[in-house]
Amino acid sequence: MTPDQWVALVAGIVGGALRVGVPYLFVSLGECLTEKSGRINLGLEGVLVLSAMAAFGGAYLSGSPWLGVLAGAVAGGLLAALHAGLCSLPRVNDVATGIALMLLGTGLAFYLGKPLIQPQAPQIPAIELGWWSDSPVVRSALQVNALLPVGLALAGLLGWGLVHTRWGLLVRMAGDSAHAARSLGYSVNGIRLASTVVGGMVAGLGGASLTLFYPGSWNEGISSGQGLIAVALVIFARWSPWRCVGAAALFGGAGAIGPALQSAGIGWGYHLFNTVPYVLTLVILVFTCKPGSVAAGSPGELSATR
Amino acid sequence: MHSGTQDVLLPTAAIALALLLFGGFVALAGVNPAEMWLTLFNGAFGTWFAWQNTLQRAAPLMLTALCVALPARAGLIVIGGEGALVLGGLACAALPMLLPLPDNLAGTVLVCAAGALAGAAWVVLAGGLRQYRGINETISSLLLAYVAIGLFKHLVEGPLRDPASLNKPSTLALSEGMRLGGIAGSDVHWGLMLGVVACVALGLWLRWTAQGFALRVVGGNPRTAQLVGLPASRLILLACALGGACAGLAGAVEVAAVHTNANASLIAGYGYAGILVSFIARHNPLAIVPVAILFGGFGAAGSLLQRRLELPDASVLVLQGLAFVLILASEAVRDADWRALARRLLRPTPPQGDTP
Repeated sequence: MTPDQWVALVAGIVGGALRVGVPYLFVSLGECLTEKSGRINLGLEGVLVLSAMAAFGGAYLSGSPWLGVLAGAVAGGLLAALHAGLCSLPRVNDVATGIALMLLGTGLAFYLGKPLIQPQAPQIPAIELGWWSDSPVVRSALQVNALLPVGLALAGLLGWGLVHTRWGLLVRMAGDSAHAARSLGYSVNGIRLASTVVGGMVAGLGGASLTLFYPGSWNEGISSGQGLIAVALVIFARWSPWRCVGAAALFGGAGAIGPALQSAGIGWGYHLFNTVPYVLTLVILVFTCKPGSVAAGSPGELSATR
Repeated sequence: MHSGTQDVLLPTAAIALALLLFGGFVALAGVNPAEMWLTLFNGAFGTWFAWQNTLQRAAPLMLTALCVALPARAGLIVIGGEGALVLGGLACAALPMLLPLPDNLAGTVLVCAAGALAGAAWVVLAGGLRQYRGINETISSLLLAYVAIGLFKHLVEGPLRDPASLNKPSTLALSEGMRLGGIAGSDVHWGLMLGVVACVALGLWLRWTAQGFALRVVGGNPRTAQLVGLPASRLILLACALGGACAGLAGAVEVAAVHTNANASLIAGYGYAGILVSFIARHNPLAIVPVAILFGGFGAAGSLLQRRLELPDASVLVLQGLAFVLILASEAVRDADWRALARRLLRPTPPQGDTP
């Protein structure tokens, strides 16, 4: 490979980590909050696709990308509310409900998003971090989604709030011991409902950054399991919002290897390199999970991490 | 109410309610719900042509549903059937390219076995990761499905590609003698028979054999299984292997009977629809047969809905999603005291107490 190809490759991967990582960041923060309250929402894959469609539709119809972002967050919150509502019913399993919502969310998004495949919607403005460089490759790689600072702020807020505020304590109590929360007179289902809905809204911001920044259009292949990878990513980040930031960047970079190699002129194994995030997730799970013991930092009420 | 009656009534009511809600949903798009229901019925079961289409789709659904049902009876929620199906189809198409196979029934059996083996290996991988590394099998099986699809695309568009397939990359077609034909001259291929036989055989195995019983104990109460010394890991991996083999066979059947080679149309979502079928059948292999036919019918009617009523092709996905959500919600009213509820509704206590 020539030096130019190397620059393109590295710029592609770093830029990818910044661009592709943003949806991962939002979805993993949303899932982190939901799981902290003791429930797993596998339906975030559906939330991501539906909110991506809603954000694109909102921006297209209103002409403002920010109203689109709002529409995405609201759509994500609504679908998550359905998950939380269903899980509050007796004998309804949260993992199975998540699978159902994955199907319903993508179905609704494909159905309602059919007319949105052709048009172009106004995009979220980019923040130029590449002003110091002369290379157009580097400059275009360092164009960062304006939602990225929001995501970082949310990670900080969540990390601080879960430890230092009354609300954060309540969420963690519902997640670690439902009995304790109940005996203090709090509604466990109510706390989990609130956490799931807020988590869905945060994940909805991730959907908005998919269709309104990168790749920046709506199609039916917009998300391929990114919502689900985020669930595994939360396990990897050991339920810490701060570590979610690093994990999201890592996965964003891994997801950008395929496109970056292609832009550097290497077409071989495009589909194989696209599976890197999934393989990476599996490898990380192999190293972080231990049989017969609960993962460090795992909320006590969470069933799916055993 | 008797629990067996509930097992039939609750899913029926949930599907009916899903159809009703879906009617309201299409009404929002300006489509007459009654017309939609009629089209749905006609497209699924109205004519012999529709029936053939329905049964053709039901065959892979039965097999992919078994990939969810068997691990579920052993206590695992595996949702990566799509990956096993895709790899099964790939193995089926690749085997004749690697080895000279007889161009007759023996060849068919061999390519189907290759598909089943590939599928079994993939799901056993997810089961093994759970048993030996403690990784949640729901997440790992779905991640493995995406890996399988990436592998499939890489091989079909690269090393295994038939150079003559220009627009749609695919492997070499299976030779004539190895393909699965129609039953009695119809479009319904022998894969349907394979699906029904697999459902019945595995249903009987679960219900009437000691091994099937042991498997259900492992899934129903792991602690009891441990106390009586059942080989839990081996049984769980067996359930994964059988389920994965079924999904792999589904892929092989799709290649040998429908597509004749492996190409991207194999990735049609049968694996995901199978999850729904298995949940509605309450993971009972015998119940999978009618449920798969019903949902095969909905799938078959999808294109008619699209053509006649100009509904998007994703409308069947919405219907499936609604049915899935309602099926899970219906568990909440299981064992509800309907008589007491009816009494309370029919004879409300009057607020003033002035009625005789």
